[in-house]
Amino acid sequence: MKEFIIKEFKQIFRDYRSMVILFGIPIAQVMLFGFALNMNLKNVHFAVLDKAKDDYSKNIIAKMNASDYFILDKYLENEDQIERIFEEGLIKEVIVFESNFGKNLIKEGKANLQIIADASDPNTANMIVSYSQAIIDNYQRSLMSNNAMSGMAVPEVQFKYNKELKSVYMFVPGVITIILMLVSAMMTSISIAKEKELGTMEILLVSPIKPIQIIIGKVIPYVILSLINFIIIIILSFLVFKMPMNGSMLLLVLESLLYIIMSLALGIFISTVSNSQQTAMLLSMFALLLPTILLSGFIFPVENMPTALIYTSHIMPSKWFIIIIKGIMLKNASFMDIWKETALVFMFTIAFIGLSIKKFKIRLE
Amino acid sequence: MSTSITISNLSKSYEETKALDSINLSISEGEIFGFIGPDGAGKTTLIRILTTLLLADEGNAIVDGYDVVTDYKQIRNNVGYMPGQFSLYQDLTVEENLTFFAGVFKTTIKENYHLIKDIYQQIEPYKNRRAGKLSGGMKQKLALSCALIHKPKVLFLDEPTTGVDAVSRKEFWEMLNKLKQDGLTIVVSTPYMDEAALCDRVALIQKGKILDINSPENIVKSFPFKLYGVHTKNIYHLNNHLNSLKETHSAYLFGESIHWTLKDNYSANDIVKRIKENEFNDVSINTIEANIEDCFMELMTK
Amino acid sequence: METTVKVNNLVKKFGDFVANDNLSFEVYAGEIFGFLGANGAGKTTAIKILCGLSKPTSGDVNVSGFNIYKDREKIKRNIGYMSQRFSLYDDLTIADNIKFYGGIYGLSREKIKSKTDEYIEELGLQEYVKRSISDLPLGIKQKLAFLIAVIHEPKIVFLDEPTSGVDPITRRQFWNMIYQQADKGTTVFITTHYMDEAEYCNRISIMVDGKIEALGTPKQLKEDFKTETIEELFVQLARNAKND
Repeated sequence: MKEFIIKEFKQIFRDYRSMVILFGIPIAQVMLFGFALNMNLKNVHFAVLDKAKDDYSKNIIAKMNASDYFILDKYLENEDQIERIFEEGLIKEVIVFESNFGKNLIKEGKANLQIIADASDPNTANMIVSYSQAIIDNYQRSLMSNNAMSGMAVPEVQFKYNKELKSVYMFVPGVITIILMLVSAMMTSISIAKEKELGTMEILLVSPIKPIQIIIGKVIPYVILSLINFIIIIILSFLVFKMPMNGSMLLLVLESLLYIIMSLALGIFISTVSNSQQTAMLLSMFALLLPTILLSGFIFPVENMPTALIYTSHIMPSKWFIIIIKGIMLKNASFMDIWKETALVFMFTIAFIGLSIKKFKIRLE
Repeated sequence: MSTSITISNLSKSYEETKALDSINLSISEGEIFGFIGPDGAGKTTLIRILTTLLLADEGNAIVDGYDVVTDYKQIRNNVGYMPGQFSLYQDLTVEENLTFFAGVFKTTIKENYHLIKDIYQQIEPYKNRRAGKLSGGMKQKLALSCALIHKPKVLFLDEPTTGVDAVSRKEFWEMLNKLKQDGLTIVVSTPYMDEAALCDRVALIQKGKILDINSPENIVKSFPFKLYGVHTKNIYHLNNHLNSLKETHSAYLFGESIHWTLKDNYSANDIVKRIKENEFNDVSINTIEANIEDCFMELMTK
Repeated sequence: METTVKVNNLVKKFGDFVANDNLSFEVYAGEIFGFLGANGAGKTTAIKILCGLSKPTSGDVNVSGFNIYKDREKIKRNIGYMSQRFSLYDDLTIADNIKFYGGIYGLSREKIKSKTDEYIEELGLQEYVKRSISDLPLGIKQKLAFLIAVIHEPKIVFLDEPTSGVDPITRRQFWNMIYQQADKGTTVFITTHYMDEAEYCNRISIMVDGKIEALGTPKQLKEDFKTETIEELFVQLARNAKND
């Protein structure tokens, strides 16, 4: 019994792969979760439609800006701009002050003030609103102790795109992203690695088939399967979860198709550097799935993470795709709204295809 | 007869081990050529270089007129290859496997059925069985059919008889001989010495080096010693005893008998007389012809 | 004569398929017993049962004096086993492997140490001592695997195609080791695809389609079946096999 344990230890320590799994990955995960799981708000961009432009509104704005949580991004001119500014995506909150804000506040003890939050990410929206309310509250209390105000303005809160703060609105886009990535990338990588492992790849190489044909032959079934999966998920999310579909279905399908192709290209790339199905699976799992879940912003808001992780998330194609999906489904985004993100996913696709072609070994070594 | 394959000064190393050391040989069209040697001799490495799956460190090789490095695409279009372990798709049936490989080579089973008829007919009754569920002998036949379906000019078989029982091995060689009649060049590697006799010419390979290249008949003819077969009841002990004698050049167990050679001009009969008197009183000897295994061992220990 | 293995009416079924069909035979102490048969004839199934790795569907099996049903664990501890597919741990050194297997079989530290020295001496492994098994040439690996299989001096050792793929000289050296071991009184139960090796055995059995079709000394069998070599005999029997 003792000998068995000793032997196991020796084998474990001498195999660098098991070392990576035993130590490297847990440490990476703890760090990742520790930093990602940061529920505090930071640097939320907000805009203001200040019809009053008096000391009181200006003070509230200044106080919000001064805090670590908010960054004043823009002054809006009129209501029509509000919709646009949310669709652009950067602004998560708009504060609207009525034209006689200060006067009404002092004279009558109440004034109209609106907090509109982008609730496509309901948890964050909730926090944003709470923090904003707290700051506004604080300010008013300090006024009251100085000036004998008769009452406080209670802001009217509006959660845009997700009135009931349904977390499913955030969830479904995330799940679509993960599943497409999983089926396409992981399955493709395993399938190609399997040919290598079984030795059938040898025969395929010594034949007229070109490597590109092997790849396409492997990829097409998974494209079809992924599309079917996608349709099933969409149908489910409409029927069961009552996800809104405010944008163009065609655009959604096209963007998803692009994303599927990118995932497949990624899967092929993983298979070119894996010699066995096990390696392919592990790589897909740890290098793809976990970071995607964590860093795409689908569970934990990316804005809250340390800067290093935010930059890392920029290289996760899934992050951009989630923005695209949410934009289309919730915010009725048109192509012009999401062309930047689309371009990024497109570039990733080209890059992975290029890398795969380069790394695909036409020989055995 | 024209040359099908030329190998010049081919060498390949893996880290510190030299898998192939300056191999030189040529193979003629239409012959069955055997690479004979144990595991680790370099047979698989050699075949993989010829089928363009590996690059040699030094030297070059020409297969069917094409260079293995610069013209690898043409070679891949024109050769048949059966790797060790019969790589087939286990979850596909016999027929599906064949259809797939036919398609890969841009032909159909129908078109070239006559080429593989003799072999395929033996497994055709099982054509709907999954390849994974076939016996070793049947897998062999399927792999061979898949390698021949496109009418290759050269056929490379890497240890096709390893792990297969004696009956299937025999049948397999019978099939190969029939194929030869169509003008196909066949290159086979095997660790079984007795299979060397079934080839037209062989290269005996050990630890990356060639020990000899010739027809099996010539190799056997050039065995440098008079060979004796020695019989007795207790061959293990006699073998030890013979090996301890200063007159013995070599004494090896060979099934029922011992193959014995002597140094210089010692007289076998004298020694046998001596032995009989001492303990092995039922010893008998006769002169025998060497076989490939005798030659291989002699060359190994030179 | 002492019997090391006693098999009576051994039957092993997998569903409807009968892999071992009423096998009955005995193996005597100190003999070299060749267990032959084509792939799929049922050899591996039978060996697994004899090694205590699998249970029979019915029949009596006794190995080294232990009953397969009551003392399966004791059987496992009192036999040696070497297979061509698995033997030693490639990523460990020679000494590690010996220590590991020695420990598994309950050898004392001193015994392990002396065995290690003995094996290194016998195989001339001095220069390989600190290196891992994967550095060893195949022939030496096989020999070392054999020595380790008998490190605990069992009554019987099972060898599953131990000389596959090895060069002819090493093969004979390996057989020398087998002979030496048999001389010491260990029973050697061996399967092989090399028909000439069948001739080295004291007795052999040939399985076809789950049954034993021949059992006896090589000489006797050749006389009975009127063949010159065991290979001929084997081909004759196996050609009639229905199982394919």
